[in-house]
Amino acid sequence: MLDTMLGNYFPILLFILVGLLVGTLCLVAGWLLAPNKPDAEKLSTYECGFGAFEDARMKFDVRYYLIAILFILFDLEIAFLFPWAVALKEVGLFGFVAMLVFLGLLVVGFIYEWAKGALEWD
Amino acid sequence: MDFLLPDFTPAYPEIFLLFMICVVMLADLFAGEKNRLLSFYLSLLTLAGCAFITYGIYSTEVRYTFSGMFVGDAMSDTLKLMIYLTVAAVLIYSRAYISLRGLLKGEFFSLTLFATLGMMVMVSASHLITLYLGIELLSLSLYAMVALQRESAVATEAAIKFFVLGALASGFLLYGMSMLYGATGTLHISELTKSIQQGTADHDIFVVGLVFVVAGISFKLSAVPFHMWAPDVYEGAPTAITLFIGSAPKLAAFGFVMRLLVEGLGELATDWQGMLVLLSVASMAVGNFVAIAQLNIKRMLAYSTISHVGFVLLGFIAIGENGYSSAMFYVIAYVLMTLGAFGIIMLLSREGFEADKISDFKGLNQRSPWLAFMMLLIMFSMAGVPPMIGFYAKLAVFQAVLEAGYVWLVVVAVVLALIGAFYYLRIIKFMYFDAPEDTRPILFKPDVRILISTNGLAIVLLGIFPQALMGLSLSAIQHSM
Repeated sequence: MLDTMLGNYFPILLFILVGLLVGTLCLVAGWLLAPNKPDAEKLSTYECGFGAFEDARMKFDVRYYLIAILFILFDLEIAFLFPWAVALKEVGLFGFVAMLVFLGLLVVGFIYEWAKGALEWD
Repeated sequence: MDFLLPDFTPAYPEIFLLFMICVVMLADLFAGEKNRLLSFYLSLLTLAGCAFITYGIYSTEVRYTFSGMFVGDAMSDTLKLMIYLTVAAVLIYSRAYISLRGLLKGEFFSLTLFATLGMMVMVSASHLITLYLGIELLSLSLYAMVALQRESAVATEAAIKFFVLGALASGFLLYGMSMLYGATGTLHISELTKSIQQGTADHDIFVVGLVFVVAGISFKLSAVPFHMWAPDVYEGAPTAITLFIGSAPKLAAFGFVMRLLVEGLGELATDWQGMLVLLSVASMAVGNFVAIAQLNIKRMLAYSTISHVGFVLLGFIAIGENGYSSAMFYVIAYVLMTLGAFGIIMLLSREGFEADKISDFKGLNQRSPWLAFMMLLIMFSMAGVPPMIGFYAKLAVFQAVLEAGYVWLVVVAVVLALIGAFYYLRIIKFMYFDAPEDTRPILFKPDVRILISTNGLAIVLLGIFPQALMGLSLSAIQHSM
């Protein structure tokens, strides 16, 4: 039984091996075969043809993270809703009410973030 | 495929609490700045409602629901009632403190209630995923609560440490659980036991999983060597939050250990017994020795907590009804003492002054004899002086361990408890024999005075008449095993 179980995974092992091989082969070939003549202009940061204004590693406004988190939250809700909508006939009234409870909790969270001003930029 | 309606009865308190959290959150949003106390009263009302419901559905039967993922039994109901009481006491103690520090916000109450919900799920879980869900709900709420004082650098640092180490602990726990799943093919706690009994699973995989699970548990319990977060978090968090972290979650952690180690992995007791012996001795030793060197009382109490965790683990090492019920008694006693100790620290603090140095207790007897007397009771109880509850708790645990045949362990524990008595007695010496450095009057409201007096009285009375609480713990354990 164990043999067949492991046997099922053989294509995956093959896939990993081939993937690794192709990946390393490309990198190594590029490194070995490509001409390499660096100068200061080539190594500087590319910014639309101008000289770079500042370091690219700067601080981001924390509000971006807030928006991103809120986005993920409601994005996941959609990921949850699709299978539910497809299987609505099978899950019946119980599934319907369970999803309503879930959506109700989300709405409370949504009202909370809205009233707290998390959706305003300033 | 047909979906049967599950039996909601055992989960009524959780459902009610979740509903009320939404109400508290929304009510607080629209109540405005002047009516902030509305959330306070609503939270207390919620806890009272939960207590009423839990008392109503209390029964000695074991009731499984939600496809066996959730269980209601005597132990979960008893622990839940204790949790409500503790959280209510935390809220009443904290009220003045948080309103002086601008923390009297809706978030304080909603996060406290969310953490309470997490604790309830923890003690009622009969499935590893439910257990994990409960512990994460509790932990995430606690991380946010520690960081509630956003402008305070110390609190933010404590929150980050707490979060990083807590996440690591969760990882350990999950890894251990995945090992258990790999060995048995089930996540149901009751079926784990069955598959160990049948001996179909590989013992080695079990033991590796067990090591990780025990490490995760030790993190959450703050047992040595996984205790590093506790002193920093206790010191850095606002005292009201420290009080919360130090009290109710320990009750839930007890339930957590019972569910996972005793109910799920009870058949492997010989394997985890040795690990717990190590953890217990190390916790008692490190906790008691390092506490002596502390000048900050919150830090000192953190180390004291670590040593108390060592004593609680003794009860688990003893294995059997007496051992577990003595551990439960110890946890309840510990929670009573912690409530009082941090409650008094908060009473001594005022705007811009934290009262978190040990020297702030100097001459307390002259400033407020009643408060000093209450602190005396609490410190005597923590040190294990008869007739306080702390003495009986230690006695019960020692008896159970003696019956299990670990004489050397009891000797070590008694010696370490004696060493620990030093730093508790030092506070008493400061309060009664030193002159006060600070002569400002101590002001507090009558409700807090009643609460602290009840707390002190409970420590003495339950120490003189421990049978009631001991019987409660014993019957809770007996009906759940």
